[in-house]
Amino acid sequence: MSETLTVSNNGVAPGASATLELSLQGALNLALDELLAEDPKALVLGEDVGTLGGVFRVTSGLAAKHGAERVFDTPLAESGILGMSIGLAMAGFHPVPEVQFDGFAYPAVNQIVCQLARMNYRSRGAVPMPVTLRVPSFGGIRAPEHHGESLEALFAHVPGLKVVSPADPQQGYSLLKAAVRMPDPVIFMEPKSRYWQKGLVVTEAAANLGTADDGGDAPSSAEITGAGLTDAGLTGARIARPGRHLTLVAWGAMVARCLQVAELAAEDGIDVEVLDLRWLKPIDADALATSVGKTRRAVVVHEAPRTSGLGAEVAQIITERCFGTLKAPVERVTGFDVPYPSGDLEDEYIPNIDRILFGIQRVLEYKRG
Amino acid sequence: MQTLGTRPTTAGRAGLAGAPREPLPELPAVEAATGAELAELYRLMTAVRQLDVAAISWQRQGILPAYAPELGQEAAQVGSALALDPARDFAFPTYRELGVARAFGVDMVEYMSTHKATWHGGLWDAAATHLAPIQAVVAGSVLHAVGWAHGQTLEARSAANGPANSAAGSADGLPVAITYLGDGASSQGDVHEAMNFAAVFKAPVVFFVQNNGWAISVPTEKQVAGGSVAARGAGYGIPAVQVDGNDAAAVLEATRRAVAHARAGHGPAIVEAMTYRRGPHATSDDPGRYRSLDEEREDAGADPIARLRERILAEGVATEAALAEADAAAAAEAEALRLGVIALGPRPGAEMFDLVFQEPTDELKRQKAAWREESEHE
Ligand SMILES: Cc1ncc(C[n+]2csc(CCOP(=O)(O)OP(=O)(O)O)c2C)c(N)n1
Ligand SMILES: [Mg+2]
Repeated sequence: MSETLTVSNNGVAPGASATLELSLQGALNLALDELLAEDPKALVLGEDVGTLGGVFRVTSGLAAKHGAERVFDTPLAESGILGMSIGLAMAGFHPVPEVQFDGFAYPAVNQIVCQLARMNYRSRGAVPMPVTLRVPSFGGIRAPEHHGESLEALFAHVPGLKVVSPADPQQGYSLLKAAVRMPDPVIFMEPKSRYWQKGLVVTEAAANLGTADDGGDAPSSAEITGAGLTDAGLTGARIARPGRHLTLVAWGAMVARCLQVAELAAEDGIDVEVLDLRWLKPIDADALATSVGKTRRAVVVHEAPRTSGLGAEVAQIITERCFGTLKAPVERVTGFDVPYPSGDLEDEYIPNIDRILFGIQRVLEYKRG
Repeated sequence: MQTLGTRPTTAGRAGLAGAPREPLPELPAVEAATGAELAELYRLMTAVRQLDVAAISWQRQGILPAYAPELGQEAAQVGSALALDPARDFAFPTYRELGVARAFGVDMVEYMSTHKATWHGGLWDAAATHLAPIQAVVAGSVLHAVGWAHGQTLEARSAANGPANSAAGSADGLPVAITYLGDGASSQGDVHEAMNFAAVFKAPVVFFVQNNGWAISVPTEKQVAGGSVAARGAGYGIPAVQVDGNDAAAVLEATRRAVAHARAGHGPAIVEAMTYRRGPHATSDDPGRYRSLDEEREDAGADPIARLRERILAEGVATEAALAEADAAAAAEAEALRLGVIALGPRPGAEMFDLVFQEPTDELKRQKAAWREESEHE
């Protein structure tokens, strides 16, 4: 088995050739550190990302290590941050801008939707946009207004953008690396309520050591695949928990909640599969079809409001691919069609364990006709 | 501004002939603050200080989940707010304007509700108090102030042309909007749009900039090109003043001049109050990562309340005993507020659904019913 190191949250982790125990924040920090080291054209920019290291400390230590020219504070203007990133990309750089909180992507929507998403198409491929916009996303931290929003449907609707959300430290590390290396714009939605949750992270260096299958002190090939460090693992969904009776589809912070629900359901003899969608655009339709083809029942869970949420798209894909075998219509357990409420009402808004269990129950008890 | 090229002798709009520049209007002079006004500034500032300091400790005690202190900005906030008439003027605050809210007479429990995570915008009645709800998008409400202000101009015009049934634009001038913004906010494109619109429409609005040296971890030097937001006024043809934001009487006077200009129908004005954010950005912030305690002490300068106190005593405007009485009243107010904030319970979850629209949709009603059932609310 591989060695396990514990790395403090705030320090930049060493580029260790080992499996590390990291928080999501630490895993993202490590990924950025390695990306800046491997790619001289990579840049990190945004409000408070330099000296402070970001309000969530995801960029902590990076300015000191890679220089204040490559990791820099901007004035307080999101449209400026995105517009400037577009220009930097036109000049051959690979910017990784941050907007401080999801709600503050709205002031940049003009640049994201009308410019970033269209430049490749507009220029007939002559001007690609290798820009990864990091967005601390979703709720669950009792924050002020606009500090907890779910923008995935908005961005997934825009032609020319890819959208991804990691559920845990390993996914954060692997998916951020994949996103930044892509030649196209990616909206990278980090579940802020999960920043401080720890998990084991197989680094690329560890994966490159070879595998424990050869008898070495390295992760097994299954671990490497599960870590999303293979090409196949980087583009699609993943099964976070296998099960036979029903598929829960989720992403971001809702994956952990669905895993909890699956444990509770197991006590009642219901074997729930949890599918972590990861990529919200493009959506891995094959993974949905494979999972639901097997379980024949699906519930999709998201924090975003219900109407025109991504759950509708997921349900439609499942319906198209599995109509003949489905035992019940796909259920949605979502936020409500209301502005994200203040902390006191947050638990009423975010899908909780009870509401997800009710959704499962409706699907299991569904009778045709 | 330098001009290049020759001015044509013919009339017209082409070339330099088409770009006449009117000299910047001067802000009117106003009377200096009276002794009674100095005492009123002190009474409000000491109340605001005590409420603010108490709120920090309530956050530490778990009464509030988070708080953004205004420590050190009492003179800027109270001084500017006292220049307004809350009965007819309208203020657009940021998340840090406890002093403005207090001076506008907003109920402090209702004000603190935003920090207690009861209701994002706060529970006070924005229409009745003339203090807009708190909104978190930096610079998000600056244009609203311009719109509200232009509305007063339109009302006044229609009153002048039609039957005299409009309150706006009476003999004592126009109602005025004041929009509060920080040095960080001044970087947002919306602020440029707001200043330009305000100047084009001659809207009666005062842009009150609290330049407190920091936008979270980013110092003004890395934020405000040219070093001054007020200096930008010249480009828009908006008269602007920079004022010592820790001198309450000076702030009151500067804001009164700006308000008088706007009220008289001459258009917008900018006041840039140079102050200092003595506390952390918010209770979750760790200023040690970007400034040292020595720097803080040095850059903060003299405490605005201590300065006012000194002046009041030197001028014999009020006695030590009177000031001590004000301090004691402030302490009592803070304790009463603590009890009020603790007693403030959560809002009923039904409000999530009921307050989205004036006319809720059937789908929202359906979601509310499902919520009641599944979350086991009666
Ligand atoms: C559009 C937007 N971007 C980012 C933030 C996060 N944020 C909150 S306050 C702040 C700094 C504001 O600085 P300034 O305008 O100087 O006001 P101050 O905090 O000093 O009162 C930032 C970046 C926000 N609230 N809104
Ligand atoms: Mg500031």
